[in-house]
Amino acid sequence: MAPAVEVSDLVKRYPKSRSNAVDGLSFRVHRGEIFGLLGPNGAGKTTTVGILTTRVVLTDGDAKVGGVSVASDPVAARHKVAVVPQRVNLDRSLNARQNLLFHATYHGIARAQRHRLADELLDRMGLSDKAKARVDDLSGGQSQRLMIARALIHRPEVLFLDEPSTGLDPQARLFVHDRVNDLRSEGVTVVLTTHDMDEAEKLSDRVGVVDHGKLLTLDTPEALIRSLPGSGTIDVTVRPNGVDSDRLLDLLSSVAGVERVERIGTDRGGGEPEPRLRLYVAEEPSALLGPVAATLHEHDVAVSDLSLGSPTLEDVFIEITGRELR
Amino acid sequence: MSSMRAFVAVLGRDVFVTGRELPSFLAQVLVQPVALLFIFGKVLGQLGYTQPGYAQILLPGMIALNAFLVSLQNTSFPLVLDFSYSREIEDRLLAPLPISWVAAEKMLFGALRGLFAALLMIPIGFAMLGDIDWKLSGLPFAVLCMVLGSFAGATVGLTVGAAVPPRRINIMFAVILAPLIFTGASQFPWAQLDQLRWFQVLCLFNPLTYVSEGMRGALLPSVPHMAPWVCVVALVAACGIFGVLGIKFFLRRALD
Repeated sequence: MAPAVEVSDLVKRYPKSRSNAVDGLSFRVHRGEIFGLLGPNGAGKTTTVGILTTRVVLTDGDAKVGGVSVASDPVAARHKVAVVPQRVNLDRSLNARQNLLFHATYHGIARAQRHRLADELLDRMGLSDKAKARVDDLSGGQSQRLMIARALIHRPEVLFLDEPSTGLDPQARLFVHDRVNDLRSEGVTVVLTTHDMDEAEKLSDRVGVVDHGKLLTLDTPEALIRSLPGSGTIDVTVRPNGVDSDRLLDLLSSVAGVERVERIGTDRGGGEPEPRLRLYVAEEPSALLGPVAATLHEHDVAVSDLSLGSPTLEDVFIEITGRELR
Repeated sequence: MSSMRAFVAVLGRDVFVTGRELPSFLAQVLVQPVALLFIFGKVLGQLGYTQPGYAQILLPGMIALNAFLVSLQNTSFPLVLDFSYSREIEDRLLAPLPISWVAAEKMLFGALRGLFAALLMIPIGFAMLGDIDWKLSGLPFAVLCMVLGSFAGATVGLTVGAAVPPRRINIMFAVILAPLIFTGASQFPWAQLDQLRWFQVLCLFNPLTYVSEGMRGALLPSVPHMAPWVCVVALVAACGIFGVLGIKFFLRRALD
């Protein structure tokens, strides 16, 4: 069976542009997978999704959804994909339920079936009491859910979600995340573009990081995090008992496995000021807890707090795409 | 096959929405031409400022104006909005039919609205002006001109709607619609403009001229008019040229 999405050496250059928006991108999305496409603003994510959903014409290379080439047969490709865009593009002349029904009609879903599916989806998206509501009267979260319902009604093979929880409150975000997880269990392939690293880490089976139109890395979030050198941390708060702070930094830096020590603040809980230090470590931070505590103990420095920080997908993202503003 | 079904569904959506907004649609297409017809055909006539036969000349022109202009506005205006702030059309651009068919649907639907508006003007004109003396055998040709005029209006509308950026929409009224209204021979017979040659030539660039002249020639053969075949050829050519141009602009807006 063909992969859900297959992009090979994809190039897009917009007219009048000096560089390629997408520059030789290749990746595959397996069927039933939730795939996160990450990248800074202007990295080429939206263009890539635009090409895969037939709204952007590719310049070179090939892009297939469900085995159908979007360039040579866009009409067949549109049967296989659905998009939930960032901006609301619901039909304002129709009410919520009619939005679903007409969309289903465009896609040739039989009458009885589309009525059943519309009611089912409204219910599932928590919009049953909004069936007759005008689009303008829906809140941001409700519009978002209605767009997801609309995207699902023609049973696409691949669902593209563009920044699905931008501008949503935490409740609506959780709700959307739960629905995306439901899709995974139903075997719908989801391609998610987002800047929200927590969201990507939580939802995606695999993530691809894109910048300047090129794929920088592609793996499971866990593997990407594991691959990141020196980003585990140990935060330690100490009562120095006379040991000065330079000496303290030297002591901790000398522990095997610690790459760098940084003073991040001071606790002044009444008595003697207690410096707080952050240790950047190369390997699993928990393995260094013992050696760190032992070193401090040897020099009669009391430990008043010790906590572990593990790297996140955000650290990976910053590491590979850099810190500059776009 | 599925593209055909999708085309019908997209057209069905537009018909459904118009059905629900019928009163506002009627107001939109009737107020202006009825007011024009009333002032120029009735008021000025009764005050004695126009000759007795003027209402006769005006009515076919007003029907032609409605066919052409309502089609034009009903194709262009929604398109400008659709492509800018509402993005509503995206749902249809992602439906399983070629994008050019979506453009064709917009034209077909705009033309249907124009045709409907033109047909409505006939009973209104008769009721308002009374005493209209049409040559009934000319009716089929007049209807042909009306249909061609509606399609020509819709193709021009598609071209304008897809070409005009949303922030220029105000200008569209001033520099496109107003000149089209007054250079289309709908308020005067084109063939009698020989004293105003430059204006007569200018009118030839407006497809509406051929709709007005074709209809007037068919219904009021005694009034000097342009040859019928010229009207048909010009309108078919306008449909072809602006149809191709409109679809080209539409594709440029719809696809990046």
